[in-house]
This record gives sequence, structure tokens and C-alpha cells, in this order.
Amino acid sequence: MDIHEYQAKDLLRRAGVPVQPGEVADTPSGVEAIATRYGTMVVVKAQVHAGGRGKAGGVKLAKTPAEARAHAERILGMSIKGLVVTRVLVAQAADIASESYVGIIVDRVSKRPVVMVSPAGGIDIEEVAATTPHRIRKVAVDPRYGLQPFEAMQLAFFLYRDVHRARAAARILRQLYEAFIDSGASLAEINPLVSTPTGDLVAVDAKISIDDNELDRHPELAALRDESAEAPSETDARKANLTFIKLEGNVGCVVNGAGLAMATMDLVKYYGGEPANFLDIGGSSNPEKVVNALRIITSDPQVRVILFNIFGGITRTDDVANGIVTAIRQHPLRVPIVIRLTGTNEHEAVRILASAGLSAVTDMDEAVRAAVALVGAETAA
Amino acid sequence: MSIFIDRDTRLLVQGITGRDGSFHTRQMLEYGTAVVAGVTPGKGGQTFDAGSATTAPPVPIFDTVADAAEATGANVSVIYVPPLFAADAIMEAAAVGIPLIVCITEGVPVLDMTRVYPFVRDHGARLIGPNCPGLISPSVCKVGIIPGRICAPGPVGLVSRSGTLTYELVDQLTRAGFGQTTCVGIGGDPINGTNFIDCLAAFEADEATTAVVMIGEIGGTDEQEAARFVSMHMSKPVVGFIAGRTAPPGRRMGHAGAIISGATGTAAEKVHAMAEAAIPVGDRPVDVVTLLRERLAVAGRGAA
Repeated sequence: MDIHEYQAKDLLRRAGVPVQPGEVADTPSGVEAIATRYGTMVVVKAQVHAGGRGKAGGVKLAKTPAEARAHAERILGMSIKGLVVTRVLVAQAADIASESYVGIIVDRVSKRPVVMVSPAGGIDIEEVAATTPHRIRKVAVDPRYGLQPFEAMQLAFFLYRDVHRARAAARILRQLYEAFIDSGASLAEINPLVSTPTGDLVAVDAKISIDDNELDRHPELAALRDESAEAPSETDARKANLTFIKLEGNVGCVVNGAGLAMATMDLVKYYGGEPANFLDIGGSSNPEKVVNALRIITSDPQVRVILFNIFGGITRTDDVANGIVTAIRQHPLRVPIVIRLTGTNEHEAVRILASAGLSAVTDMDEAVRAAVALVGAETAA
Repeated sequence: MSIFIDRDTRLLVQGITGRDGSFHTRQMLEYGTAVVAGVTPGKGGQTFDAGSATTAPPVPIFDTVADAAEATGANVSVIYVPPLFAADAIMEAAAVGIPLIVCITEGVPVLDMTRVYPFVRDHGARLIGPNCPGLISPSVCKVGIIPGRICAPGPVGLVSRSGTLTYELVDQLTRAGFGQTTCVGIGGDPINGTNFIDCLAAFEADEATTAVVMIGEIGGTDEQEAARFVSMHMSKPVVGFIAGRTAPPGRRMGHAGAIISGATGTAAEKVHAMAEAAIPVGDRPVDVVTLLRERLAVAGRGAA
């Protein structure tokens, strides 16, 4: 789960990191009031879960409160990568002598948290890694001991020659590491970490992603979720305990298991179709989940055919059949449905489907071809 | 023969009285697995009823893994506890000296796994999973949740990051007459205990295995490293499948580990690495059977 810049900065501030002062507002007058109170130059920054906010015109410097208000009027309500801006952060502008990058991720290869720093701050770290990898230094931290002072100093001296700033950077790295671990993050970065002409360091932008699996442990972080940043169908699916990702095609897919769901999408594409979504109803699926899945899929006006692909192992195919029949009785379908099911209790499932006038096939390939053909036939007609 | 589990497996179930644990314990008993102990803190001294479908006696329940291992000599543990307790359960089994630990639980925090992984390694144990379906040596032993019905004994080894996609491919193999030595689900999380290479090396060393099917998916570089291992260290034919060719970058496709980060972890990158290592990769699941048949025919001619 991504959280907003201002939320990430709050977590860092609590960990002791020096953060550029700022407050959030959702109206132009609110922005003007904050700027007036600060009495300094301010930056008005769109709070959306998207990179490239600056290029999109979502980050503006203002010399006066009136200018800040004018920026806010343009930024609030604007759309950045499909996300509407409803809040802005008003931050005191920092004097910049140099910019660095500091960040932490969980690295799959070393199976450890890896702390990365680069003197090439203010730009995307993946771009630095691709173009000038020698400008990045990393330490894979043994999580049983945490980031040690000497490790932090090694990294800090890669950023700053003078010991005063290196010490300050090392302190920030250790505070960032604490915030990373304490919040169950999968990513935490400060970019840029600004060095001011007087030699102080200050976090000017920050990003933190929380591991979804940690949210039950951290209800205060779970409460930071901004549902306006998700597609409504994805919010709906999450609340129904379904894993759903909306895509651009027209073949609505309902599958049990993530691997099989991906393979189903791939097969739709292989036969010339386009999947409308990824949807995993999970293992021990009860009929209710199937009802919710169908409701979410059919609410997408682009969907022209519904494809079920169920391999019954733990999942009982009769549960799935009951869910399909219940859902269709509640809301008759306006698009054709192709059902593939095989495995646990499949004979019972076929009987349940037949009682509602539905049929099923047992072969995945056959079902996907049939679903794609139905879309093709409709497009041709 | 088989890898990791066999007739000598004496299985302990952590979380035996939970909803999933009790259901799958009965399934494993029905399959003939020697389930010798269960652990649920607070229920030590009780027994777990094996159900009417098997002649197996009730399974004794213990409060701790240490008690269970001492009393029963269990040598494999399978874990069905809720996600926030799974890391502790894995470490409890490793600390007692259980050599093989299989964690079925999905949703274990990845930072927990950064601490569990070195702990397990330092105790000399092997962890399979988490977020995996476990493993099965057909007609011999089943640890986890892979449906026994779709498997058959035979010469093919199978290793996969997925659950139901594994079932799909095992089912197709069995229907085509290709039985299996062992099917291993290594799990869909970004940090897991056993990777493709561990399983490939074990299959290479297993006399009964003549070919291996490897089922990967988007995310990470495990398949690419496995491909290099195959080209350098394996004599047996390997065929593959990669799920997620149509997955959009930056989105987690159900499995926590199935995510394309920047330009790394794409299906195209994995298929390419496998092709370089002479591992044919099926475009469709059904193609895997055809590719396996072709590779075995070539290998058969080579041996003759």
C-alpha cells in the first residue's frame, strides 16, 4: 500500500528525521492561510500516488500567499496519470546547495533490507541505476542487528566529504531504517535529501510503501489508505477479499489461484483476445466470493464475455457453481458466460449449473478459445 | 524415489486444530502420509481424530514443537498458522532441529522473512514456502495441499512458484501418461526458503527423475538464475512455463512476489534466459506436455 508524501513525512518526522516543514490543505483558501502563516516562499505539491508530479504541473513554487492560492486553484482538481488531486502539501521552500538520494527496499536476491544512497538526488533512482550505476552505493543490512553506525557512515561519506554533514546523513539513514522496520515498509525513500548552504540536511520529498501483509499489525497505518487513489472496482474487490486488477480488454476472467489467473490472461491474449482483468477468488472459495466476483466484473461496461476457469483442488467446484447460479438469479447476465471447471465435486457442479440452464467444459484451452470466439463474433456482428 | 519427502517422512502439523490445518491433515492421512503429531498451544494432551476415511489412529496433540518432536521423532513439519504467527512457527520448528519445514500460510510479512531466512539456515534446516501448496511424492507421501487425485507416480520432477497452475500442469502430465517423482510448490512470495535451483539440484541427484518441469512466473530473477544453473550443472532435460506474459508492470498479480519492477522480472526476460539455457518454454500450458515428450524422445535417442 502506497501512502502519500505528507503521510510519509509524518512517519519520518516521528522517527526524528529533519523534514521540510509543511501542512496539508484541500482548498485554495486553506493553502493561502498556511502560506501566510509561514511568511516564506512555499512549494504547493499535489498529493497523488503517481510519479512525475512536477512534469505534470502538480508542483509549483510560490513567492507570495496569493501566488500559492493561484497555484492551488489550478492543482486541486487536476488529473495526474488518471488520478484527481484532492489535497496539496504546502511546504516551506528549502535553500538547496546539493541534492542526494537515500532509500531502503527489501531485496529479493540478498533476502535483506538494502540501504541505497546516491549523490545524484532529485531524479528517479532506477534511472540512476540504469545510466550511472557507479553513483549508487548499497549496503545489505542483516536485519537481526539492524543498520550499524559504521555502515551508515560508509554510505554517508559517499554522499558528503565533510564529517559534519556525513554524521548528519548517517543519523538520518539510521532513523530512516528505524521508520522502515517499524512501519513494516517494503520501500522508504527520501529524494531529494537536500543539503542547505548552511550545511543542514533536510528531507524535501519522501515516499513510503507499506507491505500489505503488515497492515493487520499496524491499524494506524492501514487507516492511511486513500481509496480515491484506487479504481472503485479494486476497492470493492479488496473489501470482498478478492485480488482484482483492472485491465483494458473485454474478456472478464474469474479464476482460482494467482498463477492460473495469470496463465488464463496469457491464453486469452494468445488466442487473440484481451483480458479485462486479473481476478483471483482464492483457495477455499465460498459461493459469496463468486457472487461478489461476478458483480465486480459485470460492473465493467467494457466486458463482453465472462470466462470462469476453476481448477478444483481446495476450491470445491460445486461452491463455485452455486455462486454462479445465485449471482445470475440476483442479476441476470447481459453478456455470455463460458465456464471451465474441473476437479473436486465437478459432477455436482455440472448438475447445479445444468439446473440453471448453464453448461461447463473441463478443458482450459477449449474454454478460452470459446470465450475469445464469442467476443470476435460479437465484434463482427 | 523422490526428493525431500519419502516413506520415512514422519510429519508434524503446526496449527492442526485450525480450519485449514484440520481439513488438510485428514487429506494427508487419507493419502497415507504418516502424520505423527500436531501442535496447538493450549491443546497439548488432546488428540486429533483422523476421520472415518482412514484407518489411521488419532494424532496426539502437543503444546510445543519441542514436546512433539521429542515424543514422536517427527522429521518434517507443515505449518498452517495465521500469517502474523507463521514466522515464529517456522523458527520454533527450526530451533528444535526439524530438518524440513513446509509453510503453507499466505500473507507472511516480507520483513518477517528477512529474519526467518538466516535463522532457518543457521539451524541447518530447509524451509519450503511460505505461500506454497507444499509437495507430494505420488503414492508415497503428501505434505501440504496438492490434491493427490491428480498425481501419479512416474519419472518427472516438477517445481513451481504457483498453486492451482501447478495442479493444472500436473493434471495434464498425468493424463498424458507422465507420472511424477515429486511435485514441489516453492511459493509465490518474494523471499522463500527453497528456490528453483535447490529443487533442480535435488532432481538432478535423484535417480528416479528423468526430466523436470519448471513453472515460473513474473517477478524477480529466480528463473533466470535457475536457467544458468541448468545449462551448467544439469544433464536431465528441463522444460518450462512462465505465467504473466500479459501482466502490467508495477502491479502485484496476486502473489506478493509476482511483480514486474521497472524493467526486471518480465516474462519475456525469463523466457529468453531459459531459451538460452536450452529450456523450451510452452506458450500455452498444454504445450508443456508436447515439449516434454519431444525432449524425452531426444534424450532417449541420446542414451540408446
